[in-house]
Amino acid sequence: MTPEAIYEKLKAEFGEEAVPEFHPVSDKNRDAWIAVAPFEIERISEYLKTTGGLSFDYLECITGVDYPDLKKIVVVYHVYSYTQRHRIVLKAFLDRDDPAMPSVVNVWSTANWQERECYDLLGVLFEGHPDLRRLLMPDDWEGHPLRKDFEEKEEYHGIPTVRPNPIELFKIQIPGKEAKAS
Amino acid sequence: MSEVIFTNEMDEEMTLNMGPHHPSTHGVLRFIISSDGEIIRKAVPDVGYLHRSIEKIGERNTYPGYMPYTDRVDYVAAMFANECWAMACEKLMGITVPKRASYLRVISCELNRIASHMIALGAMAMDIGATTPFPWALRERERINDIIEELCGARLTYNYHRIGGVSFDMPTGWRDKCLKFLDLFDPAMVEFDRLITLNDIFVKRLANVAVITAEEAVDWGLVGPNLRASGVKWDLRKDDAYSVYPELDFDIPVGTGRYGTVGDSWDRFDVRVRECRESSKILRQALDKIDEHPEDDILGKLPKKLKPDCEAYSRVESARGDMGCYVIGKGAEEPYRVRFRTGSFTAMGIIEAKSPGLFLADLVALIASLDVVAPEIDR
Repeated sequence: MTPEAIYEKLKAEFGEEAVPEFHPVSDKNRDAWIAVAPFEIERISEYLKTTGGLSFDYLECITGVDYPDLKKIVVVYHVYSYTQRHRIVLKAFLDRDDPAMPSVVNVWSTANWQERECYDLLGVLFEGHPDLRRLLMPDDWEGHPLRKDFEEKEEYHGIPTVRPNPIELFKIQIPGKEAKAS
Repeated sequence: MSEVIFTNEMDEEMTLNMGPHHPSTHGVLRFIISSDGEIIRKAVPDVGYLHRSIEKIGERNTYPGYMPYTDRVDYVAAMFANECWAMACEKLMGITVPKRASYLRVISCELNRIASHMIALGAMAMDIGATTPFPWALRERERINDIIEELCGARLTYNYHRIGGVSFDMPTGWRDKCLKFLDLFDPAMVEFDRLITLNDIFVKRLANVAVITAEEAVDWGLVGPNLRASGVKWDLRKDDAYSVYPELDFDIPVGTGRYGTVGDSWDRFDVRVRECRESSKILRQALDKIDEHPEDDILGKLPKKLKPDCEAYSRVESARGDMGCYVIGKGAEEPYRVRFRTGSFTAMGIIEAKSPGLFLADLVALIASLDVVAPEIDR
């Protein structure tokens, strides 16, 4: 099924409000994508997975992207169907100050760890997730590193995060530079 | 199937810590296991010890400058991350790759696939308790390392692919070395089968252990050999072909359940063994066909400035399955966001769900058979 047909099908089922935008393949995006209302994501995913002809059974990837200039955090879903051999990209635009949306763990189990990673690195709260803990960063880490305004603290539990430049520290002479100066 | 024995609730539960430095956890990762004697009630993986923020590093490097970092996504099979990144950038900027470069990519990747599977097979046998196959497998891997070293100068982190092609053409006499290796490798695999794959003790140890059904595999997003071992015949190289794979003739091995159930640990071992043979087949064809294309035509035409304002998602079939790279460019020299989707990451997710009822020793078999590589989980 073409992305256009998938979009039309979703629009007929859920109405314009749940799937407000469709972007075909263009110079700006090499894969067609559909904007979805964040709080409809679980219903839409369920529909995508269970409806015959769509049967999107494989959730490839969940990506969070931070856009401070738009004041948005975008969660991108790449989904594929093994039986129908087609793909679609869904994007949910969340408020940057309060990023929250329903979890899709009940639809695709693989979302479990991917959502945890997204929460860990971008601070998106997935409501209904069974075990929303940090995954990659330590439990007591402050902040979400993949946010654009994240600033690393100078030290973590007494371990400095910045290292002095070894060239200056050990007064290493770089021959090329020396020759040029003299 | 391993029999689940539930005792009454009064029994005490034992909490066991496995890792981070356990030899059979394939890198630095940790499991917190609550068990009843030898039977696991729950095994919770704790990852992140090797997190090097590859995605954040991507945001401050130029597009070509990020290539050496992609080696570190999966250091056992670095070619695939190279190719994935190169393909994402090519899709982003609309670059066409010369045919010869595509063939060199296929050759280097398939060599790397054999090398990676050799580690997986040898390490799995060693985890189960058979130490001999490991040096046997490493011997083959060393030969490949020598060959690849001659091609690109590195034995582990190759940095061989470039946006638009590859960095070097084949050196003189390299093809013959490859063919000579393959002539040695094919009988070595027969020997390997006799030594371990069809070994009665090994088969009995792994058959019917930690069975993953096809539905579970798809639901949990397992990819590559793990998915195919569960009986789903799907390979990116065939079903959503990229590069020059449509011109090559090869089969896709799937799990058969020959000694137990489809999707058991033995199937996952066997699929990798058979994949090595297919790779060998691909290599022979690719080494033969590469001469149809002019020498030294290995780098496509790049735009003057690599400043795309666009987004793209690329996929390759890596040794650990479908590897994806999602790049967003915003008109700057550096990408705005880079994301790697790796096979080991999703494979780790299933362990917590599969562990209840397994024997402690079978958990080791499960981890080894999924062929997870810790840096690929944590990135």
